[in-house]
Amino acid sequence: MSAGPPANPDYRPYQPARYQRRMPIFWWLGRLSYTKFITRELTSLGVAYAAILLVVEAAAVRRGPAAYAAFVEWLQAPWVIALHGFVLLVLLFHTVTWLDLAPKALVLRVGGRRLPDLAITVAHYLAWAAISALVFWLLVGR
Amino acid sequence: MARANEPFFWALFSSGGMLAALTLPALAVALWLGGPLGLFATPSHDGLAALLAHPAVRASLWLLVTLFVFHWAHRFRFTLYDGLQLYHLGPLIATICYGGAIALSGAAAWALAAG
Amino acid sequence: MSRDTVTLEVQRYRPEEEREPTWERFEVPVRKEWMVLDALNYVKEQLDGTLSFRWSCRMGVCGSCGMTVDGEPVLTCTTYLDSLPRDRPVRVGPLAAFPVVRDLVIDMSGFVAKLARVKPWILRQEEPPADGEYLQTPAQLADYKQYSMCINCLLCYAACPIVPLEPDFVGPAAIALAQRYNLDSRDQGNAERLDVLSQHDGVWACTFVGECSVVCPKDVDPAGAIQRYKVEATAEWFQSLLMPWRGKS
Repeated sequence: MSAGPPANPDYRPYQPARYQRRMPIFWWLGRLSYTKFITRELTSLGVAYAAILLVVEAAAVRRGPAAYAAFVEWLQAPWVIALHGFVLLVLLFHTVTWLDLAPKALVLRVGGRRLPDLAITVAHYLAWAAISALVFWLLVGR
Repeated sequence: MARANEPFFWALFSSGGMLAALTLPALAVALWLGGPLGLFATPSHDGLAALLAHPAVRASLWLLVTLFVFHWAHRFRFTLYDGLQLYHLGPLIATICYGGAIALSGAAAWALAAG
Repeated sequence: MSRDTVTLEVQRYRPEEEREPTWERFEVPVRKEWMVLDALNYVKEQLDGTLSFRWSCRMGVCGSCGMTVDGEPVLTCTTYLDSLPRDRPVRVGPLAAFPVVRDLVIDMSGFVAKLARVKPWILRQEEPPADGEYLQTPAQLADYKQYSMCINCLLCYAACPIVPLEPDFVGPAAIALAQRYNLDSRDQGNAERLDVLSQHDGVWACTFVGECSVVCPKDVDPAGAIQRYKVEATAEWFQSLLMPWRGKS
C-alpha cells in the first residue's frame, strides 16, 4: 500500500475522485455498429430530398407540358442520374433497416402465442412488394 | 414540456418512416430513374396530370410529403443532438428542423392547391 | 508470448496517486477453460494484490463482473481467454459510461437511482386477494418473463451511446424492468410509471441504436422493450388528448 502523502495533489482523503471519460466528438466512428447506426439515421436526408422532389415534380406537371418536359430533361442529365442512383440506394437502406426493425415495436399474439419476429418482417416485406407494384401500375403500367 | 410534445412528433416520425419505407424506392424508380435509364418510358405529362386532377390524389400526396418531412425533421434533430453533441443548441435545432418541416409542408400545400 | 501465457493490459486508476487512468501489463498463465475473470484473480492473488474489481458468482447470473474487454462490454466470468486474439495484449478496462471509482470498479449509484425512479415492484390500486395469492396463467407469465431475466449487469448502459451523451437518460435496463412490471398481470402501476418514462430522459431519448440488446448476456432485449413502450406511450398520449374523459389505463 502507498505510504506518505498522496502523489496526486488534488486528492482529498474520504472525498471521492471519480474518473469520467469524455465522449469524443466522433464517437460514432469508433465502433462499426455506431457508424452503421449514424448511416441509418442519415437516410432521413434522402427521404426529405425525395419529398421535396415529389412536390417540385407535381408543381411542374400542374404548370403544363412545357414545364414538365424541362423537368424530365433535367432528370436525364448524367450527374442527375448518378445523384438519383445514390438517392435510391439511400432510400433502399432506409426501407431495409426500417422493415427489419419493425418486429421490435410490434408484438402480436395469436391464440396465446407470440408471433415470431420473422413472420412480422416477412409480412412487412410483402406489403412493400404489393405497394411497390401498385405504384408502378399507377404511374407506369397504365 | 417534453411530455406534451415527444409522442406527437414520434408518431409523425414513425408513420412517415413506415410510409417512406414502403413507397419511396418504387416512386424513385418509377418517376426518376426508369425513364433516364431506359427501363421503361418516363410517366407522361398527361398521365400524371390526370392523376393529380383528383383532389383526393393531391391531398394524399400532400399528406405523404408532410409525413416524410416530419420524419426527416425528428430524425435529423436527434442525429444532430447525438452525432455532433449539440444539446446546448437544443431549442435552435428543434426550431430549424420542425420549422423547416412546417415550411416545406406549407410549400407543398401551396403547390398542390386547387387552381 | 508463448501459447501458455497471455498479456493482460489492465486499466489502473488510483485517485490518491494519479488524476487519469493508466495501463499496466501482467503476464498471466492460461489454464484450460480459463475466463478473463480467472486471469484477473491470478493477477490479484499472485502479482498485484491492489488490483480492484468486482465479481461474485463466477457463472454469469449475478451481474457483478461487467467490464470492457478488447473494447466490448462483457461479463468477465463468461468470456473465455481462448476466445480472444492472443497475438496482442488483452485490454481490460472498466465498464464504459460510468464514473470510475478505482481500477475496474465503477460507480453504479446513478443507475440505482434511475432504477428506483421506475418503481420496479408490484404496484396495486386494489387490496390483495383474501387468501393473499395472485393467480397467473403461463401465458400471462410469458408476457413479461423475458424482461424479468435482467441481472442488472449494466452492459447495456456501457454499450448505449446515449447514456454518456445524455447522463439523465433512464437507460435500457431500467426501462426493461419497468416493462417487466407493466406487463405483469398482477401489477396496476402503468400510469405511475408512465410519468417517469414519458419524460424526455425516459424512453424518448432512445434512438434505437440497438446495441443494448446485442450485448445483453440474458437476451432481455431492452431495445425491444423500449420501442414497444414508445408505441404504448404514444397511444396513451393520443388517447388522453382525444378522449380526456377516459381515465389513465
